[in-house]
Amino acid sequence: MAEELPTRDGSNDVSTGDHSQPAKPGRLLRAPEGFLSPAQIADVAAGRRDFLRNAFVSATGAATVLANMPARAASASDALSAQAAGDPNILELPEHSRGLGQGVATRGYGVPSVWERNLQRRESPGLTRVAAAGVSFTPLQGLFGIITPSGLHFERHHQGWWDIDPSKHRFMINGLVKNPKVYTMDDLMRLPSVSRMHFIECGANTGMEWGNVAVPTVQYSHGMMSCAEFTGVPLSVLLDDCGFDSINGKFILAEGADGSGMARTISMARALDDGMVAYAMNGEMLRPENGYPLRLVVPGVQGVSWVKWLRRIEVGDMPYATKDETLHYVDLMPDGTHRQYTSIQECKSVITSPSGGQKLIDKGFFNITGLAWSGRGKIRRVDVSTDGGKNWRTAKLETPILSKCWTRFNIGWNWDGSLTILQSRAIDETGYVQPTLNQLRAVRGRRSIYHNNAIQSWRVAETGEVANVQVS
Amino acid sequence: MFRFPRVLQRESSCRFFAKAARNAIALGLIFVTFQSATFAQEKFSGIGRTATSAEIKAWDIDVRPDFKGLPVGAGSVDKGQQIWESKCESCHGTFGESNEVFTPMVGGITQADIASGQVATLKRTDFPQRTTLMKLSQLSTLWDYINRAMPWNAPKSLTTDEVYAVTAYILNLGEIVPADFVLSDKNIRDVQAKLPNRNGMVKFSGLWDVDASADVKNTACMKNCFPATATEPQITSSMPDFALNQHGNLADQNRLIGGVRGMNTGGAAESSSNKLGNLASNQIAKNSAQNKDAAALESAELAKKYSCTSCHALNSKLVGPSYVDISRKYKGDGAAVAKLMAKIRNGGSGVWGLLPMPPHATVNDADLQALVQWSLSAGQ
Ligand code: HEC
Ligand code: HEC
Repeated sequence: MAEELPTRDGSNDVSTGDHSQPAKPGRLLRAPEGFLSPAQIADVAAGRRDFLRNAFVSATGAATVLANMPARAASASDALSAQAAGDPNILELPEHSRGLGQGVATRGYGVPSVWERNLQRRESPGLTRVAAAGVSFTPLQGLFGIITPSGLHFERHHQGWWDIDPSKHRFMINGLVKNPKVYTMDDLMRLPSVSRMHFIECGANTGMEWGNVAVPTVQYSHGMMSCAEFTGVPLSVLLDDCGFDSINGKFILAEGADGSGMARTISMARALDDGMVAYAMNGEMLRPENGYPLRLVVPGVQGVSWVKWLRRIEVGDMPYATKDETLHYVDLMPDGTHRQYTSIQECKSVITSPSGGQKLIDKGFFNITGLAWSGRGKIRRVDVSTDGGKNWRTAKLETPILSKCWTRFNIGWNWDGSLTILQSRAIDETGYVQPTLNQLRAVRGRRSIYHNNAIQSWRVAETGEVANVQVS
Repeated sequence: MFRFPRVLQRESSCRFFAKAARNAIALGLIFVTFQSATFAQEKFSGIGRTATSAEIKAWDIDVRPDFKGLPVGAGSVDKGQQIWESKCESCHGTFGESNEVFTPMVGGITQADIASGQVATLKRTDFPQRTTLMKLSQLSTLWDYINRAMPWNAPKSLTTDEVYAVTAYILNLGEIVPADFVLSDKNIRDVQAKLPNRNGMVKFSGLWDVDASADVKNTACMKNCFPATATEPQITSSMPDFALNQHGNLADQNRLIGGVRGMNTGGAAESSSNKLGNLASNQIAKNSAQNKDAAALESAELAKKYSCTSCHALNSKLVGPSYVDISRKYKGDGAAVAKLMAKIRNGGSGVWGLLPMPPHATVNDADLQALVQWSLSAGQ
């Protein structure tokens, strides 16, 4: 997208053919509305150079500010000469090019740039009543690739989180086993370990949208979900080590050490296939909010089963009907029955940018990017529609493409400035095609809360504003 | 340096190899038998140990749908009411009807449901809430959960008989058992047979077995996918404008560079950029205002850590008074800090109403003081 700098007389400004107009210094970006208050725009127009210079420092770039004012309105001589000479971000050397920066280990544990502070885990007001039994959502709209930074990993606690002393944490396996055992963290970390990348999605992710559009952005519609590399001991190794009853032991109960004693039934098939008792995430130990020092990882199964602060696994011959599999995490069907023990997260995708609550800064080229995942295996294909589902193009899948893991997709798009709707549709290796919301509703009604894996629609207005909508 | 004579050296090396080969075979055999012996018993030598029966008893608290794991005991509705009023009511309401801290527990069930075992209101789309008793299909669930997790701020503090009693009380609120009922391990199966939604659950393998087939099917049409009658997608639902800023200003929730920005849905979007600019330039030279913010943030974290937030909010009354109201009440009261520290530590009621604040014995002095000072500055 590199544009040539204009010559002094603006003769390369072929877009208008009007040589009397001031030339564009560098790339001009249209800023979102409201970036400058009307008073500030008036200041700029009146040629208050000091304001302009301050804006250069604090805004994302001079171009943003300049672009925000109609060229003719900014005809004050200062602004004009600034434009004619070029981009002040180039012409006026910034402090970091003229001074001394900070030393190594200024921060013993690095944190993101202060400019990235907008991307935070956030709560959805009114969703839960108290924070210790609440949810915070991952800002998917700002993530790249397929790894969620640990500090942005979504949270769901039922009775608050703890930072548990790992030297005192114990893990027990009992029930239908020959030898019920207790392991310390020392024990677990001596065992053969595996590292695998998997998504974790709350069963209620996108649950607020079963009835109607309820939330403005992808953070709140899809952000009860993250993806990370987990390291730990395969559950099969531990169950073997205790001599589990492979004939009658059809289920396990996983139980947490927190106040809620979170308890969930998992099928022995899932446990033995790729279940893992994990202590690490993204190269470091688990974060306290994610279950430090030990959590269960059950790839493809909804997040509530990934019991945090894991203290015990019991092998049994029937499901346990715990509170979070009888009173919650049950899917209400139109006939008034509830589906109990629903677990698998079916194939789903979403465009993360451009997405709801964002605004395209200009017409022209954009990279549509998003995520696809399936609890049943790998993603085979993702199609993207830029006309509300009438026509579809196949997006490029970025590698790695892993089983029960996010897959990043990208596809180019030239936006002509007209009203349209963006959608993505994933297909997994079983051949299952992500359904529309109305297809889901036809079978499951509108009150099921859980397991909404519908195709998401984002409406792009002529202003560039993107909104969450549902279509038929 | 010492050297063997040549001949000797050769001979010895021959002998050495012959001996080594013999040894290797012998060792190999021993090795093989040794290996198979340990593999059969203990693959990971020195890892983990057998759990003692006392340890298993301490942790194996789950109660299954067939009531395996249910300890012997009993509790009356009357006793349950006393426990409820002192330990549960503040969050769940006198009759389990409260919507303040969690969804209501009681309501929406009828005697007809008790007969049929399926709650009729669950079919209605106009019924506002699904209460606990509307969904409850297994009585073990209620017993197990109260035993492991309630009261929310003091889980695992009830005795076995207290769990029976308070469970009986909740069942009585739903008119599933009479007021003079005593629930016990002996009669719990009889009560299970009366649960209004005991037949309300279905198993669906499509979301349990990874290999099962799905209940909803789409096809991957690529071109002209609308039916002939439709040319445009019809928007059936969108966010009303007034609701756009319910989640705060979206401009502050997006990156400041790239192809998109967050929409300005309230307040000045510019503030986000300026705020960050200030933060950036003040990164090293901390200004006092920021330190104060940081202290406030830390206290807010403390309030979360100690679950004060389950009963107190900044501006609105939850179970306890709002921080703003607390700060107004004690404005200018020099003795307030010490008084409130003691009050939080010991708990108590009567200043704001009849509901008691539970004692907080485990909060250390430094944290407690920070919390009180923070509460007292909330109104400013
Ligand atoms: C400090 C507030 C508080 C107190 C006190 C409290 N609870 Fe709770 N209770 C909660 C919260 C919050 C939840 C939801 C927890 C979650 O989201 O997992 C809950 C959930 C429950 C549930 C599950 C309801 C459902 O439908 O999921 C039961 C049953 C329950 N409480 C019973 C009790 C009993 C019995 C007591 C007294 C012994 C008690 N509670 C005391 C806050 C409280
Ligand atoms: C289970 C609910 C609950 C929890 C948890 C709770 N409070 Fe309270 N709090 C109350 C109630 C109820 C009152 C009103 C008591 C009264 O009327 O005397 C109260 C009163 C207060 C007051 C005013 C006391 C007075 O005498 O005016 C302060 C300060 C306070 N709480 C701080 C805290 C702090 C700090 C925490 C966390 C460490 C906390 N509370 C946790 C319920 C709670």
